[in-house]
Amino acid sequence: MSTAADDRSVRAPWVLTAPALMLFVGVLLIPLAMTVMLSFHDWGQYKGIEPVFILKNWREIATDPYYAEMFWRTFRIAILTTLLTAVLGAPEAYILNRMSGRWKSIFLLVILGPLLISVVARTLGWALLFGGNNGLVNKLLMSAGLIRFPIPFMFTETGMVIALAHVMMPFMVLSVWAALQRLDPQIENAALSLGAGPITIIRRIIMPQIMPGVLSGAIIVFSLSASAFATPAIIGGRRLKVAATLAYDEFLNTLNWPLGAAVATLLLVALVLIVVGSNALIERRYAEVFR
Amino acid sequence: MAYLELDRVAKQFGAQTVVDDFSLSVGKGEFISFLGPSGCGKTTTLQMIAGFLDPTRGAIRLEDKDLTAIHPAKRGLGIVFQSYALFPHMTAAENVAFGLEMRNVPRAETAERVRAALAMVGLAGYEDRHPRRMSGGQQQRVALARALVIKPSVLLLDEPLSNLDAKLREEMQIELRQIQRTIGTTTILVTHDQNEAMSLSDRIVVMSQGHIEQIGTPQETYERPASAFVSQFLGKTNDFAATIDRTATPARLVAGSWSAPAPAGLNGPATVSIRPERIGFGDAGLSAKIVTRIFQGNHWLFQCESECGPAIVIRQNDGQEQPIEGDTVRLAWRPEDMSVRARVVA
Amino acid sequence: MRRNGPLALIFHTIFVIVMVAPILVVCLVAFTPEGFLSLPTNGFSLRWFRAIANYPEFIHAFWVSLGLGALSSFVALLFAVPAALAIARYRFRGRDALAALFLSPLMIPHVVLGIAFLRFFTSAGMGGSFAALIIAHVIIVFPFALRLTLAAATGMDLSVEMAAISLGAGGWTLFRRVSLPLILPGVISGWALAFIQSFDDLTMTVFLAAPGTETLPVRMFLYIQDNIDPLVTSVSACVIAITMTALILLDSFYGLDRVLAGKGDTGR
Repeated sequence: MSTAADDRSVRAPWVLTAPALMLFVGVLLIPLAMTVMLSFHDWGQYKGIEPVFILKNWREIATDPYYAEMFWRTFRIAILTTLLTAVLGAPEAYILNRMSGRWKSIFLLVILGPLLISVVARTLGWALLFGGNNGLVNKLLMSAGLIRFPIPFMFTETGMVIALAHVMMPFMVLSVWAALQRLDPQIENAALSLGAGPITIIRRIIMPQIMPGVLSGAIIVFSLSASAFATPAIIGGRRLKVAATLAYDEFLNTLNWPLGAAVATLLLVALVLIVVGSNALIERRYAEVFR
Repeated sequence: MAYLELDRVAKQFGAQTVVDDFSLSVGKGEFISFLGPSGCGKTTTLQMIAGFLDPTRGAIRLEDKDLTAIHPAKRGLGIVFQSYALFPHMTAAENVAFGLEMRNVPRAETAERVRAALAMVGLAGYEDRHPRRMSGGQQQRVALARALVIKPSVLLLDEPLSNLDAKLREEMQIELRQIQRTIGTTTILVTHDQNEAMSLSDRIVVMSQGHIEQIGTPQETYERPASAFVSQFLGKTNDFAATIDRTATPARLVAGSWSAPAPAGLNGPATVSIRPERIGFGDAGLSAKIVTRIFQGNHWLFQCESECGPAIVIRQNDGQEQPIEGDTVRLAWRPEDMSVRARVVA
Repeated sequence: MRRNGPLALIFHTIFVIVMVAPILVVCLVAFTPEGFLSLPTNGFSLRWFRAIANYPEFIHAFWVSLGLGALSSFVALLFAVPAALAIARYRFRGRDALAALFLSPLMIPHVVLGIAFLRFFTSAGMGGSFAALIIAHVIIVFPFALRLTLAAATGMDLSVEMAAISLGAGGWTLFRRVSLPLILPGVISGWALAFIQSFDDLTMTVFLAAPGTETLPVRMFLYIQDNIDPLVTSVSACVIAITMTALILLDSFYGLDRVLAGKGDTGR
């Protein structure tokens, strides 16, 4: 039922959304299209950008193993980060959900709050904790007798995955938390009354129901990790490049904009395909849970 | 002369007809109820009068002026919504004053009229309360004061009492009726509660599936329902399948072992409709067995299995001994208490 | 609901410690009296907070970030409020597509947005300007402004507006006196969340900022690239303190769970 008389209700939504629509077309869609176009332009050290239509950049990305290795590293880090957040974040969300009211809201704030704190500051914290061979983490692990020689964290993929997992963790906890909220609080007691043990309850009753939450959290974490910039740049340094840091270098150091644009376009297309594809898969698989 | 007139009003949403061929004349000062189940088109009709929807066909006139040409903000109607729709960020007094403010009424006069309106609904002293801090009944009164303070030409009430509990609802019904009588505002009430419609209105418009089933006083619609729908909707009723026996002279209306002289001009299979409280236990009549007997304080409720299907009987608790479950009884009633629907002989 | 076992509580404790550790260590190191990175073992000192004053680039970057966040969030709301009202209460052809478009900046990697805006504004002759930063930030904070406004507008009882209309209000009066006050908590929270997003953004802004228009995260990032010393930890500690204050305000005003729910789900 519409509030206004019928003829006005046909025009009104377009009048109201027109400014935002114009803004988005003008300064989002057009710049994105320009970036795609840019990836087909030529570039030379001395001649700069030449507005022609060639496949040079795309051919370079396709043939030079440096780019394949870099993209593989980007997605490997994103996958490991996603796994780490799922394996640790889902149980934590479950534990959190079973806490009593006051503690629950305090710890929810503690775990989700970092979401809003500057990524630079959070990554800086990890850089301090890792801090070369005698960083705090290594000292702690060695004094606990868990390792005998310091593990290199800075400028390694291990360090990047750990720091990224910390940055992304709130998204996973939040997503699983949302799925847990939809759970009937009596459902565990129902399973208990039917004779199920705690392991069975988690495996047969809880897991299937929070799986959609884990998976949608995984999609968010994966897509944000694959395009992350600050954490890989600070922890990975100049040596370990991922897609975002490589594009940054092409644009602001090498000044080869067309090549950088091609890397960015490829990253965007790959991510959109992966996210849309897995969303569709999840929604088909868990159609009844989502309704 | 009709004060408010709806002339063959219809409303379609796409291919779906929600209200069809709705004609009604409302006299000045009259209290009319639109009664029907949800989805019958009563709220849609109200919204067309209010101007939130435009009729697809037909005309709505107020004192012979075309109302549909006027913007809803300029119609000057008072509306009380089901959710009360109070402005949560304004106090009770600010809520009531809003309509006067829109009309540029001088400040002193506004203050006086707001005070009087709140006093009328029994909320003197609640001027500075915010709606969130008021009970449902109090919010209801503020909504009523807000609608009435602008001296509306017509007061529209959209299920105003449905969110109140039973006891409060009854109190508000009486109060609403008194206020309406005192100030004489023409009022249209939309409701699905037949008790509310009957206790408040001068006339009831019974609606079903977008059509008017019957327009009449509460007594008329109850005693002489124009259709099976009206008789079913307005309280409990028994419908017995009957036949008209033309071999007898004069013709007789027969339902099982009950019979009565047939009304003139009807033929073929008929339906005899009789209210449960009008049925008595007698020596002759429809044979029935009592299945359950329920004591309800001031009356007894019997559910029976009769020759013509299930039957409900209500008997006043007058101290007399009543039949018990399993008894076989005879159901009888006076011919003038029943209504008969059958094919009319051409 | 059954209680957590001891194993679960140990896991939880370690989890929370790991979550808090990097933030805590930044704040602790900021108070070191030493001239190098170390945990304050010889007592606390504010020398590195005072040192910020001698580093005008950070001060200037802070003001740029503040102005940019406040202004771009406000402008985003100017566009988002009418759009949210339209999406909340009308069912029209193209509605879902519009909503998806308006939320799309959540899905597009910020590095891609940074490149697109750099290309666009350089072509338009606005490269490195504050105006370009504002426009770019309006786009990236728009989804957050829209989400919370949309939630408020969807939850609003439409009959309240009808009541106002029946009492004679219309157009601008209706919006100013009734509709806007009703969605105001959502609008203000949308502004606050948008502000935090803008204030924290590095990835996109690093492409657009030029000397003079560098935001605080960009300045910090570029500083860290060269060397990590206690100065940048004291700046970070200030940023953390500001964000925490905003968080607490937001929580008391609107409920943090609702705000975070708006941020957590990245545009599905």
